[in-house]
This record gives sequence, structure tokens and C-alpha cells, in this order.
Amino acid sequence: MHNVKRLACAAALALFSTASLSQAYPSRPVTIIVPFAAGGPTDIIARITGEYFSKALGQQFVVENVAGAGGTTGITRGAQAKPDGYTIMMGHMGTHGAAPALYKNLKYDPAKDFTPLGLVAGTPILIVARKDFPAANLKEFLAKVKDPAAKVKQAHAGVGSVSFTTCTLLTSQLGAKSIVAAYRGTGPALNDLVGGQVDYMCDQIVNLVEQIKGGSIRAYAIATAERSPALPDVPTTKEAGLPAYQVSAWNALFAPKGMPKDVAAKLNATLVAALDDAATRKRLLDLGSVIPDKAGRSPEALQKLVESEVKRWDPILKAYAQ
Amino acid sequence: MELLSNLALGFATALSPSNLFLGFVGCLVGTLIGVLPGVGPIATIAMLMPLTLKVDPTGALIMLAGIYYGAQYGGSTTAILVNMPGEVTAVVTALDGHEMAKQGRAGAALGIAAIGSFFAGTVATLIIAAIGVPLTRLALLFGPAEYFGLMVFGLGLAIVLARGSVLKAVIMVVLGLLLSTVGTDLETGQERLTLGIPELSDGVDFAVLAMGLFGIAEILRNLENPESRNVAIAQIGRLLPTRAELKRCVGPIVRATGIGSVLGILPGNGAVLGPFASYALEKKLAKDPSRFGRGAIEGVAGPEAGNNAGAQTSFIPLLTLGIPPNAVMALMVGAMTIHGLIPGPQVITKYPSLFWGMIASMWIGNLLLLIINLPLIGLWVRLLKVPYRLMFTTILLFCAIGIYSINNNPYDVYFTAFFGLVGYVFIKLGLEPAPMLLGFVLGRLMEEKMRQALALSEGSFMTFVERPVAAVLLVLAAAVILIAVLPAVARSRQKAFQE
Repeated sequence: MHNVKRLACAAALALFSTASLSQAYPSRPVTIIVPFAAGGPTDIIARITGEYFSKALGQQFVVENVAGAGGTTGITRGAQAKPDGYTIMMGHMGTHGAAPALYKNLKYDPAKDFTPLGLVAGTPILIVARKDFPAANLKEFLAKVKDPAAKVKQAHAGVGSVSFTTCTLLTSQLGAKSIVAAYRGTGPALNDLVGGQVDYMCDQIVNLVEQIKGGSIRAYAIATAERSPALPDVPTTKEAGLPAYQVSAWNALFAPKGMPKDVAAKLNATLVAALDDAATRKRLLDLGSVIPDKAGRSPEALQKLVESEVKRWDPILKAYAQ
Repeated sequence: MELLSNLALGFATALSPSNLFLGFVGCLVGTLIGVLPGVGPIATIAMLMPLTLKVDPTGALIMLAGIYYGAQYGGSTTAILVNMPGEVTAVVTALDGHEMAKQGRAGAALGIAAIGSFFAGTVATLIIAAIGVPLTRLALLFGPAEYFGLMVFGLGLAIVLARGSVLKAVIMVVLGLLLSTVGTDLETGQERLTLGIPELSDGVDFAVLAMGLFGIAEILRNLENPESRNVAIAQIGRLLPTRAELKRCVGPIVRATGIGSVLGILPGNGAVLGPFASYALEKKLAKDPSRFGRGAIEGVAGPEAGNNAGAQTSFIPLLTLGIPPNAVMALMVGAMTIHGLIPGPQVITKYPSLFWGMIASMWIGNLLLLIINLPLIGLWVRLLKVPYRLMFTTILLFCAIGIYSINNNPYDVYFTAFFGLVGYVFIKLGLEPAPMLLGFVLGRLMEEKMRQALALSEGSFMTFVERPVAAVLLVLAAAVILIAVLPAVARSRQKAFQE
């Protein structure tokens, strides 16, 4: 009898405390760790989302850029933070998909050490070439890439970068080997592509869209299911004859593992609302991002995405290292 | 004629009350934050970016540009006053600028820095407006092989930079090159020389190295014999350079403006070489080169002008191609993108008022900086009178805050302390840190460009000879190194004959 009473008391207390927690949360500013430098695509998405969160929840959501080691420095710090809802992070296809295959000493497990909060945006990947590359369409381009005698030169923005992983996926699907020049960052790589020093690269739409519109580089395909409204003339890989090449540099919000359920639910609900907010949507769409549908915004969908991405990148990137 | 109407549009945009106000706030806040030791332009812009989110894109960019110039100017201030260069280009300023400060002439050093920067900024603005677009097309011809040539040329400058023995300078350059190889390998992703410390996987941060080797080491040395320092600082001297000094600086400023403008246009951060090239040139041209490194005012005027000209013209690749040439400009791209204005090759035609407004605001920003900074010089100089026991603790505190804020990484603070000790040992051994820092900066770029060039040529070294621009640059580099080394060789032979 006693025990039952005590249990009921405890349950009531727990209920009360969690209820008050979620009502009170957030009672002070929240840090969003962005594991890349300020000004990059992930940083921009985090700032746009953070602005909505600040308005909706009445506390500042402050972006803290902790760059380094392909984003794993910042995510490691985020994973080790207290799961009290005051530190969350903007994870990414690299940090939560490719990283385990690339970094032997990775201190976190993308699938086990986090509370997934929800997918924010997909960033389509484009295959682009210098403006005078002698191929009229994707098929001709791929034939050149596969032909060792054509000596096609690929640029990427550094091992572990989106342009590296996505182009490695492309060449591994084709079974081709390009001449590869590594750069530090998208800027220098793009510079040499515009200058015609290299032949092609793969990268996120936001980095390329204006160059394509301005005619300084040409786009062969976009690796999404549907064409992008930002570049309506660029065919999808499916239309252009390479349906297997589907890849996106997605960004998603994560919290450290063990976050109270109600706080996680509140953050997910805010994210879902943010992605329906007209102003936030427009800003994300202007970047060329793909906004997930309702089903794609749930924590469960994100967890599934992380697991499938880790599985997908592992063999491709390990094969490259050997 | 078109140029005039374009500039008129630009000034009309930049001089609108709200944009003028934003430019002023940017310059002022940038100066105040940038003057914290360790906080360079990148950290300042990243920190202050949220301030600009509420403004329209043109106003935001004008403000950011103001922050950039202000932070850069603030960085020179700390380099002169407390020997703490927050970024690559201020290293050269610290060499003679801090010597001048120690001789009680901090005011003159700060004054000439402001004047030189203003002149260079004015000329560079005109260059951008008049021939920015055609120049960018030329710069695109610069591939990895050409960059490699340029970087080797820069290494030659590192040797000229040294005050004392050429042998010691070469040792320091090599040390810098070695240090630059710490971090993740560009092509394979393997960690090199990181001692298993994950915080080293991206290499050593430049500011960390410079703060330690220059600033912290300087503090340690001062603590060793505090008397000598206090005597020097007790006499403040004139706040502005004399007429004769100004006259002597005209040549260096003009030459440096030319050098800095050209290097700044190269997409790929050629701008870092501007101040070094100017310093080396002035030292070679000087009647008495031994004054350099001991408080020569030309050694402040030239590099500061070269620095500012490069800072200005490095906007060209961003504005005409939409490609950021360095980390600061990459931040600018981010800021533009947040405002829904993704930069590309069509910025000029799509947003003429933004483009020309930016250019006009550059000049206005330079003018504002002059207006803000000349009165501040008195304040900065008076700070030097603060008793040293209070001053060095404050400097250390702000230095730790500044270093931490670059990457939000506590390890950077530990590394700075470590390099402070290293710098102190260097002082004791009579080794100079400046050539090492230049070796460190160029080493990274050099390795990157060489490996890119070799990857693209499929391993053929002939690429450096077959490409004419690369070949010319390598020959020039050899010439510079010969000029630097020969007098030393001749001297030692003379000595041998006398014995």
C-alpha cells in the first residue's frame, strides 16, 4: 500500500516536473552548433531556421560556429553537451552520413549518440563542367568521364567535403577514374572550374546556381527526383540517363542523446511549423533547397535517413581510401 | 563617361543617410572589436554578422565592408602597440611599427598607417571602378602552376625580410614550411604530424601562431626586464608623423599601392603577399637598409598601404565573378546569400546599385576610418602609459578571449601559450619569427598549388616550365633569392680574404 502511494507520488511529481519543464523551456538562449564556418551553406540554413525558432519560442537561438575536421569537431562537442535542450546542432550529410567511413577516430556514432529532431532541408547536388566542355548532354559527358583517353579532370573541395563525397559516389557508380585535383573549399575549386583549369565537379546547388545562370559554367544534371524551380532547364539525373545517381547534402537538427521527450517534441513541432512558415520557406527555396514533406520531418524519418546514409557511404568511401 | 555615371549611381547609393550611417557604424564597431588582440577581420565579421541581418542587402554589405576595413585597421593598431598581429598582413606592420612604439613614436606609426591606408584605398577604389572587370578575366588565366610560381617568389621575399643573418632566416622559413604541413593531407585525408591530437587535424591556426610568437613572447621578454620598457614608453612624442617623414613615405606608399592592388585581384588570396613584397622592395631601395626592423617609418607606411590596396581589390573577384578569393570574402558571400542575393558573375548587371554602391562605400569607408582613427590615436597611445603590470594582464586576458572566439575552441588558447614559450626561446636564440610566419602561410598554399598542378599534369614537373607565366615567376623567384643571398655570401668571402 505504502509502495503504491509512493509510486503514485513519484509519478505525479515526475509528471508535474516534466510538464513545468516543457512549459518553461526555453527559459534562456539556446545554442545551435554549426560544425562549419560562418557563411557556408549549412550556416545559412541554420541562421534562417534559428531566426524562426527565436521568434516562435521567445528566446534567442544563437548560432555558434565550431568548424574543423569536416564538421566532426563541432558535432563531437554537441554530442557531449548536456541534453537539456540548450545545446542543439545542425548535422549534415557529411557529419551524420559519411563521417564514420572517413574518420577512424570518430568519437560519436551518428545513429546512436543523438536525439534526432528533424530534417530541415535537402540541398540538391549538381554535376557541372567548365563552360566549353565538349559534351552536349549528360550521356556524352559520362562517356568522356569513362574514357581514360579523354583524361577528364575533376576538382573537389577537400576530402570529406560534399563535393568530394558526391563526386566519389558518381565515379564509383560509373566505375571510372578521373584525374582528381583537391582544393581547400568550394571557392578555389569553382575558381579553377570557371577559369577552365579543371573539367568538372559536383557540388551543392547554392554554390553553383548563379554561375550556371550567368553562363560561366554548364550544368549537366541535378541529382534529385524532380527538377529544381531555381534551375528549371537542368534535367534530373533520371531524365538524363543516370537514374541511380540520387544524392542530397541534407541538413538536420540533432540534440545530444537522452534529451527529455517533451523538449524534443517541442523543438520538432517548432521545426515543422518553421517549414510551413511562408517567409522561412521562401528563403530556403531561394537557396535551391528542397523542403521535406510532412512525413519527412519526423524524428523517426531522420533516424532512418541517418542509418541508411551511414550504410550507403561506408563502402564507397572506404574503397576510395584504398 | 560610363564610369562617371556609374560612380554617380554608386555615391548616390552609398551617401544615402541610412547607408552612410551603416558604413560609419561598421567602421567604428569593426575598429573597436578588431583592436582586441587576436581578433582579426574574419572573427570580427563572423561575430558581427547577425547585426546586419535586419538591414537591406546593400546596407548590410556596406556595413560588413566597413567592419572589414575597421577590423583590419584595428589589427594594425594592436600590431603596432603591443606587437600582436591578428592576421597575416599585419605581421609586417608589427616589425617596424612596434619598434617605433617602443621608441615612443606609436603616434607617428599609427598616423602613417592611417594616411597610407587612405591613399591606397582611394587609388584601389578607382582601379576597381575603372578596370576591375577586364582585370578579372586576366586573373582567371592564373592556374595552380602559376600560383605555385608566385608562392615560391614569395618565399624569396621571406629571406629579404630578415634583419640579421640569411642563414637564420632560411632556417626559420623552413621551420615555417614544416609547421604548415601539420594537419589533414589535402588529397588523402590522412592526418599528418598531429601527434594524435584531434584539435590539430586542421593544422595550426595562423592567429594562434602569430599571437604566441609575437605577442606572448614579447610580454615574456618585457617581464624579464621591465625597466627598459617603461623608460621608452614614458616619452610619447608627437602624435603625427613629421613633414619630413611624410615626404619619405610618399614613394613607398605609391609603390605599395600598385603592388597591393595587383596582388589583391588574383583570385586565390594573393593579397597576403602585398605587404611582404612592399617591405622587401623598400628595404632593397633604401639607402640604409639596416634601419628596417629598427623602427623605419617606411616599413610601416608601405606595407599598410599595400595591405589596404589588396584588401580593397580582393573584392573584385567576388563582385565580378561571384567567387570569394579568401576566407573574408567567403563570409561576405554568406552574408549576401542570407539576404537572398547569391553572388555570381551577373552581380553587376543584376544589381548595379549594389555593385557601384559597394565601390563608392569603399572610398567613403576609408575616409570614415581616417576620421575615426586620427582622434583615437591619442587614446591608444595614452593606453601605453598604463602600468605594465596592469597592461600585460589585460592584454593576456583579451588575447585569450580573442583567440577563443576565432573557432570557439579552448585548445587554440593552449596552443597560443605554447607558441609564446617557443617565441621566447627564439628571442633568446636570436631567431626572427617573421620569416617563419611567411613560410607557414605560403607553405600551405604552395603545397596545395603544387599538388594541384601536378595532379592536373599527371605528375609531370614540366608543367611549371611549359606554362610561360609560371616559368617567368619561377625565374623571378630565383633572382630574388640570389639578390638576397649574394651580398651575404660576398661578405663572408670578404671576411675570409681578410683573414
